[in-house]
Amino acid sequence: MNQVLIVALVKIGVLVGGIMTAAAYFVLLERRVAAWIQDRHGPNRVGIPLTKIRLFGLGQPLADGLKMILKEEYTPAHVDKRLFLLAPIVILTAALAVYAAIPFGDRIPALPGAGIDAPISLIVAPQLDVGLIYIFALSSIAVYGVILGGWASNSKYSFLGGLRSSAQMIAYELPLGLGILGVVVVSSSLRLDDIINAQASSGLWFAITQPLGFMVFVVAAFAEAARLPFDLPECEQELVGGYHTEYAGMKLVLFLVAEFIHMITASFLIAIMFLGGWHLWGITGTVDSPITWSLAILRIAVLMAKIFAVIFFFMMVRWTWPRFRFDQLMSLAWKVMLPLGIVNLVAVAVLTEMEHIGWLGAHGAIWVCLAGWAVALLGWMGVAMIGPLVTDNRPRLDMRPYEVDPQL
Amino acid sequence: MKVDDPNIKWVSEPQLGLAGRMYLPLIVGGLTTTARHLISPKVTVSYPDQEPEISNPEIYRGVHRLNRDGQGRVKCVACFLCATACPAHCIDIVGIESPWEDREKYPESFTIDELRCIYCGMCEEACPVDAIELTSLYNLTGRSREEMVFDKEKLLSVYDQTKDKEPMRSPRLGGTV
Repeated sequence: MNQVLIVALVKIGVLVGGIMTAAAYFVLLERRVAAWIQDRHGPNRVGIPLTKIRLFGLGQPLADGLKMILKEEYTPAHVDKRLFLLAPIVILTAALAVYAAIPFGDRIPALPGAGIDAPISLIVAPQLDVGLIYIFALSSIAVYGVILGGWASNSKYSFLGGLRSSAQMIAYELPLGLGILGVVVVSSSLRLDDIINAQASSGLWFAITQPLGFMVFVVAAFAEAARLPFDLPECEQELVGGYHTEYAGMKLVLFLVAEFIHMITASFLIAIMFLGGWHLWGITGTVDSPITWSLAILRIAVLMAKIFAVIFFFMMVRWTWPRFRFDQLMSLAWKVMLPLGIVNLVAVAVLTEMEHIGWLGAHGAIWVCLAGWAVALLGWMGVAMIGPLVTDNRPRLDMRPYEVDPQL
Repeated sequence: MKVDDPNIKWVSEPQLGLAGRMYLPLIVGGLTTTARHLISPKVTVSYPDQEPEISNPEIYRGVHRLNRDGQGRVKCVACFLCATACPAHCIDIVGIESPWEDREKYPESFTIDELRCIYCGMCEEACPVDAIELTSLYNLTGRSREEMVFDKEKLLSVYDQTKDKEPMRSPRLGGTV
């Protein structure tokens, strides 16, 4: 019992420390990538303090953190003080608590010297059978942080940011959930390690068998993480800073770190549910292969590489697309992503059932793949042709001119 | 203004094809552009480590210099045209009678306040004997305001410092030598 507790605490320590450090360094990476894409160098000066060693700017997160800590902790006079303080705490707590159910590797071998006889699963709560439900319940709570922050600030920019955020999160949680349902139907488990095992045992990642679900989930994940092109809750050009306009100092840091953790969470979920988790053909072994230290580290490295690639894609997308207008955002959610998600769920359910009954023969997996891609192509073409993304309300020549009563 | 006003010119937008409506060319084209810029050479000059390249020193407007003639005397004839042309009033000249045969006056003192100067180059254009010129020295610093007021000796020393790299422009630009 005691050992179980210690193992859990070590896992929490590693995970929280790792995630916070990763968030700090992803801020640096984001700035460097932004600079590179704009043909600049980016922050490359700060290295080891008090020396002239620059280390490609790897000391920048330290300098940023120090700057933010030393900033004045200013609370405007017109805010609701309790909610104003509560909002950043809620958002960061919810963002971090999600990681209780997310695996950050496969397993590591047993440690007989420490009295642990079974391989240790690299999830903080390995017995949690409702993993995905837990994750989505908590990411819904994170929206409360945004709304509370916008409401408690008592400022029109923050308020608009909070409102936009609530509408956006509610709209995109549906396609997000539909994208997940396809995966859950096939792997018949809500646990993320079971979902990885399902992909590793068949060798077919769910991004390959369910491309439509993958697309829907990735777009919805961008919107849930409030990243460009969906960063309407805090778009600088319209809302100053959105829901955290009135925040300064460490409270602002909590919001910014929580935003980055949302992005990391989204990358974890994309990598685990659709890109095979720790599985890579040929080098990471099978589900049943006995776990050794080298295999365990290799699997962690593969998972981290996939997450890094997804985050890099997030950053590339940020400088590729301009922000959507709010009506375009809502059209995309309700007219495009929701129907596509339902089409994907129905197709996956039918195909899984047909394979289960045995109608697809010996090479069922190939047929499922082909059918998945056909459904994706047809569905995408369908919404492209009939689903108008934009309501065009500009004046047209064939429009009846608006008659003004001359008596008025 | 009504919709059917004859003065309105109606422009119809090009219709997107199926690929365009599926967003495919936009996704591919957008990500290609971003990726190309990600790896392309950067335009930033890391200044203290790396000197910027001045494309044409002849037209760069940096620190002033006072040119010398063939005998090493100051070329200026104290005509006050540069001080008159200067929009920032940063040139102060005291002209006295020249000891030489070929001109009537020469500057006893010639000071330019480099902090007041806006580096517009009007003095260079106004000068009838091409005595004052702007060099391509761009990193001008000083520790006090007084230090930044350049007198005649300082301006002549700027000429001595830069004459090899930037020869006097007057012969080539058709000015009076």
